[in-house]
Amino acid sequence: MSEMSIAISEKLKSEVKNLNFYYGAVQALKNISLPIERRKVTALIGPSGCGKTTFLRCFNRMHDLYPGNRYEGEIILYPDNINIISTEIDPIEIRMQISMVFQKPNPFPKSIYENVAYGLRVRGINNKQILNERVEKSLRGAALWEEVKDRLHDLAFELSGGQQQRLCIARALATDPRILLFDEPTSALDPTATSKIEELIIELKNEVTIIIVTHNMQQAARVSDSTAFMYLGEIIEFDRTEKIFTAPTKKLTEEYITGRFG
Amino acid sequence: MRKKIRLKEFFIEAVLFLSAASSIFITLSIVIILFYESYGFFKKIPIIEFLTGTQWTPLFAEPRFGVLPLVTGTLLTTSIALSVALPLGLIAAIYLSEYAPHKVRETVKPVLELLAAVPTVVYGYFALLFLTPILQKFIPDLSGFNALSPGIIMGIMIIPYVSSVSEDAMRAVPMHIKEGSYAMGATRLQTAFKVIIPAAFSGIAAAFIIGISRAIGETMVVAIAAGMMPNFTFNPLEPVQTFTSYIVMVSLGDVPHGTLEYKTIFAAGIALFFMTLFFNILGFFLRAKIRERY
Repeated sequence: MSEMSIAISEKLKSEVKNLNFYYGAVQALKNISLPIERRKVTALIGPSGCGKTTFLRCFNRMHDLYPGNRYEGEIILYPDNINIISTEIDPIEIRMQISMVFQKPNPFPKSIYENVAYGLRVRGINNKQILNERVEKSLRGAALWEEVKDRLHDLAFELSGGQQQRLCIARALATDPRILLFDEPTSALDPTATSKIEELIIELKNEVTIIIVTHNMQQAARVSDSTAFMYLGEIIEFDRTEKIFTAPTKKLTEEYITGRFG
Repeated sequence: MRKKIRLKEFFIEAVLFLSAASSIFITLSIVIILFYESYGFFKKIPIIEFLTGTQWTPLFAEPRFGVLPLVTGTLLTTSIALSVALPLGLIAAIYLSEYAPHKVRETVKPVLELLAAVPTVVYGYFALLFLTPILQKFIPDLSGFNALSPGIIMGIMIIPYVSSVSEDAMRAVPMHIKEGSYAMGATRLQTAFKVIIPAAFSGIAAAFIIGISRAIGETMVVAIAAGMMPNFTFNPLEPVQTFTSYIVMVSLGDVPHGTLEYKTIFAAGIALFFMTLFFNILGFFLRAKIRERY
């Protein structure tokens, strides 16, 4: 048993066990269990309102920002074996380790440099040399360094939409997260910017575990290693991505990926 | 039949237009009268003397027409008021927009706005008869009439203006920007100071400018509690006179119409007009800018 759990924890970054989530009296997620593999991309797909974003936002406890929300079950983070959604765990501790990139690029009203440095500054890191190094590393990691290195102190709003989204990725990378969450990161972007972000995601999985929510099935097929299909707050099917898209076992999954609903 | 409807429409439109135009017309006539009457004043008193003189004694046997004592009096009470209203108003706004639970906000906000409904004359007597005696216990040098006490009271009076507009600006910061900050592991306080205030900056600046205009234009509190003494000083413990309280004093006195003393009202009025106009225009541009960003 212990050998097996070691094997699992080496392969897994996180594991969701019987997760239920409630917005007040409404149950939005029903009995979800899912392994999250280390340094792999896990995609969550499904029609609008199926709970995929709600599920993603459990990983960094975003639901704690609003009153009346309640979690049940476990999301275990390896190798520490802590339960992310336990009420004894401070959500800020979790958000320091699990970063998020949002649907709409949301840079802060600050310079490009300060946007990337933000997560470090809120942790009390103000050493100029450390900040310079981390900012450059993160911007390189987000494939943005070459475009902005000469104007790091310009306002972030002056960047294009795609650049802003890569800036948000750099901001998320700067704190060296253990899991990177993407919530439909390309839905507000044009096709060129979208393919840049997708290339970036594929590259980033060498460094960090990624979970991505997308409504774009081609995107899930292109970037992810495994895919969970969700419907009405439940996981209908979870498997290797190529399996889900070529030979799904559930009828509902097949209907969704062939575009018959959703 | 159709003609009748069209006539009715025309009539309604004309009434609406006239109502809208009347406010512009009234404002314009105020400006014209201000300029006209103060022109009569400046024909006799050189504008340089008016702007640089340090004695303001238009009603004395040997009148002096230096407006600077009124300027310092106004600036003194205004800056005392602002040093109370801006920090407290901003803190109240941060609390209401970012910390207060829904229920608390729904109760506190109207109560705070009630502060603005108290007649200013009440605030004036509150400053004179309540706050000044208390302050005198701590500051024995404080004279019965002074700039400090009405300044503080004016500040309290202005808090709801500052907090209400700043809170609206902070709440207008899009949720996904705030969430971006929380998602980086920031606390509420860090999010408020590092993200929300910079994002709402132009709205907050507009709130500050409304507060400044309010403080400069406030009359009753300073007329009652500041002492009506044109005093070229920046010492808050001494009695002072502001533009507004001077105008009240002369308007209520028995100065004959058309005399030079009478015209000083308009000279002071126009100086005050330009001061508040400047701040209002500044506020207008800042508020216009707020819409550009998001």
